[in-house]
Amino acid sequence: MPEDYETIESDVLVIGAGGAGLRAAIAINDSGQKVIVVSKSLLGKAHTVMAEGGVAASLGNVDPQDNWTVHYGDIIEEGVYISSWKMAEILAKEAPSRVLELESYGALFDRTPDGRIMQRAFGAHTYRRLAHLGDRTGLEIIKTLEHQVIHRDITFFDEMYITNLIKEGNRIVGAVGIKMNTGKIFLFNAKAFVIATGGSGRVFKITSNSWESTGDGIGMAYRAGVKLRDMEMIQFHPTGMVYPPGVRGLLVTEGVRGEGGILLNTKGERFMLRYSPEKKELDARDVVARANYREILEGRGTEHGGVYLDITHKGADFIKHKLPAMYQQFMEFAGVDITKEKMEVAPTVHYMMGGIEVEAETEKTNLDNLFAAGEVASGLHGANRLGGNSLSDILVFGKIAGENAARIAKNSDMIKISAEKVKKEIRYINSFFKEDGKNPYDLIDKLTTCMSDNVGIVRDAEHLKKALEIISELKKEFKEVGTKGMIKYNHGLLGCLELSNMLVSCEAITNCALMREESRGAHTRSDFPKKDKKWIRNIITELGEDGKMKFEVKPVDEMPSEYKNYVKPEVYS
Amino acid sequence: MTEKEIELKIMRQDPETEKGPRYENYKVPYVDGMVVLDAVRYVQEHTDPTLAIRWNCKAAKCGSCSAEINGMPKLMCKTRVDTIGNKITVSPMAAFPLIKDLVTDVSKNWETTRKIPMFTPKENMEKPWRINPKDVERSKEFKKCIECGLCMDVCHVVREHYTPYFGPMHIVKAASWDMHPLDSVDRSKYLNKEGGLGYCNITKCCTEVCPEHIHITDNAIIPEKERVVDLQYDPIAMLIKGIRKKEKVMK
Repeated sequence: MPEDYETIESDVLVIGAGGAGLRAAIAINDSGQKVIVVSKSLLGKAHTVMAEGGVAASLGNVDPQDNWTVHYGDIIEEGVYISSWKMAEILAKEAPSRVLELESYGALFDRTPDGRIMQRAFGAHTYRRLAHLGDRTGLEIIKTLEHQVIHRDITFFDEMYITNLIKEGNRIVGAVGIKMNTGKIFLFNAKAFVIATGGSGRVFKITSNSWESTGDGIGMAYRAGVKLRDMEMIQFHPTGMVYPPGVRGLLVTEGVRGEGGILLNTKGERFMLRYSPEKKELDARDVVARANYREILEGRGTEHGGVYLDITHKGADFIKHKLPAMYQQFMEFAGVDITKEKMEVAPTVHYMMGGIEVEAETEKTNLDNLFAAGEVASGLHGANRLGGNSLSDILVFGKIAGENAARIAKNSDMIKISAEKVKKEIRYINSFFKEDGKNPYDLIDKLTTCMSDNVGIVRDAEHLKKALEIISELKKEFKEVGTKGMIKYNHGLLGCLELSNMLVSCEAITNCALMREESRGAHTRSDFPKKDKKWIRNIITELGEDGKMKFEVKPVDEMPSEYKNYVKPEVYS
Repeated sequence: MTEKEIELKIMRQDPETEKGPRYENYKVPYVDGMVVLDAVRYVQEHTDPTLAIRWNCKAAKCGSCSAEINGMPKLMCKTRVDTIGNKITVSPMAAFPLIKDLVTDVSKNWETTRKIPMFTPKENMEKPWRINPKDVERSKEFKKCIECGLCMDVCHVVREHYTPYFGPMHIVKAASWDMHPLDSVDRSKYLNKEGGLGYCNITKCCTEVCPEHIHITDNAIIPEKERVVDLQYDPIAMLIKGIRKKEKVMK
């Protein structure tokens, strides 16, 4: 296999072209620095397209009482007091400007009768807060950003799979990538880097996540010595499709409940009245997901292992207007007409609150010139993310990460990279081509099944330990994986490289889940069913000098006393 | 479906090393509710990992897995096997250059998008902008476009003729801005002159294959065509032209 490569220089390299990556690229371009964006999928196809319900911003168009302090309180309370208070403040304050800015780029949102941006109710938001375009808000956001990028002087390389970062001291100096559609290898040499590669949802068997969400950014950052935080915090969305099996896990937007949909068990009982008499279907996602899980576990679920979600009482016109994509999705994938029939739903892996630890004000990691934003970063959402906050997250922190990366790049010199370092990485890539390699997809199947079976919505020490054993076996087996053929568009090769990253996420998630001996937010332990005051802590994961994963538990940053007025005090039973 | 096995035929070719396409046969176990993408991925994960396919969301939202299924442009993730029977042939979109197997080079789309003038808001509007809820609706239809390229693939002008025609997907994009209630640019003249809009002869094939059910021809292409005609319709100029023609005949 050849070892030649092409070098591309820029001031800043953005890895990932979802909402966070594209918004970062726009910020870097605005600051006059040369930016290159690389992405694993085609431009405009990133997982952001899947966001449906809306973007949370306290515009106060529908409920004028809303303001940033209420949004702030909601984030901290629903993050169950382990969020970064500073990130929550920044998000709550800046989200409205980011939404209006999108509108100035040409994004359209549904309107109130008097012509302002319409806002809908969503789980655990005190007020109606989600700006939306039907149930296709993510698509609107990514297309808007995509066309900004295309019309600006921003170079992009899509279908470019970054395999590793190259480090020099405490800085990243380069990234090596495979251009999938040609099979050519590139070295991106830059002065600052932004990772915006999204989450690791695909490490679970049943997930609403796109193909590309294999935690590649987390893997490459971890190997470069970047600290991760709260990796055990995985959000299960209460409503994923259940039947037919081909679409199991596919998301059913929270917008259905936001617009009045109710959850029923097979006895016809509206069970959320039992679990959450006040907020009912619109309680936080962890509460509703666990309620659905329990109903199914206790035998009140459907034959396909789901509960019913019913919005038929709203009438066909309303449903087709407010939830057109859902109507279409059920009609075409399941043959179910949601204007006349109930939907079958069950929890599905949806989002990672954990990820790369960043400084709240700059999104800098523990390395000098590496930044992270979006789902790959951690801190804002704590133990549970509110619906709609992921879209504000990518816009607000994508911009800040981009601005700060540009600032660092402006004041730095380019560091040349020795060819030997790049060739070493190329040899690593080539090492997966072997005659009798194990099929990476067999291992991925074992890994994802193990995660869904043992590290799911309700966890206990026994299952978590079992998962760690399986992960450790798979790490050994990983050494034998391989593929054949050419490097160009070779999914076998991609499977091998992705697996290495998936193993990092799985090991971190499972270990942190075992360490956190309490139930908080999305993390539920049947052997520690209560929330524990001593766990107002964050768990940090990093690569130890001995090559093993190491963990550190540290207290959550305390918010200034006046901010405590915006938040209900935490209650322990 | 009673058959529990799918007979899948997939076009394979790496144009760099192989002169022509070959069709390989695969047998795939059938699972209830399965879509074509599941079957093709089964081959990739169990039989031949070097099979090149492009997919991402598997929810008909990203528009990556476009291909020709039994000759019809479709999204693989949205085509249920039980709607087309168990003998399935999958080949890449023919309107785009082949990269490998089912993957095509769609990068020309970015070049075209770059040429079309972007959303340009009217000047001196009071912020935050107010828009009548009804005015959102027209553009909203086009905002559903997931840029899958199926309309480009089916369009015989794009597929079989070398014309400047941008293709239906780009007319939808332009129309989404032209019909944005606060936009100040008229793109129709540009579409006609540079974008070859006149080459579209309204066969409506694009509308038929659109997975988002956008009325591409009726609501995007025809209104843009009509706009051009309106702009070019100048009764006085036509009258003068007519008189000159008569003069020529008389001479």
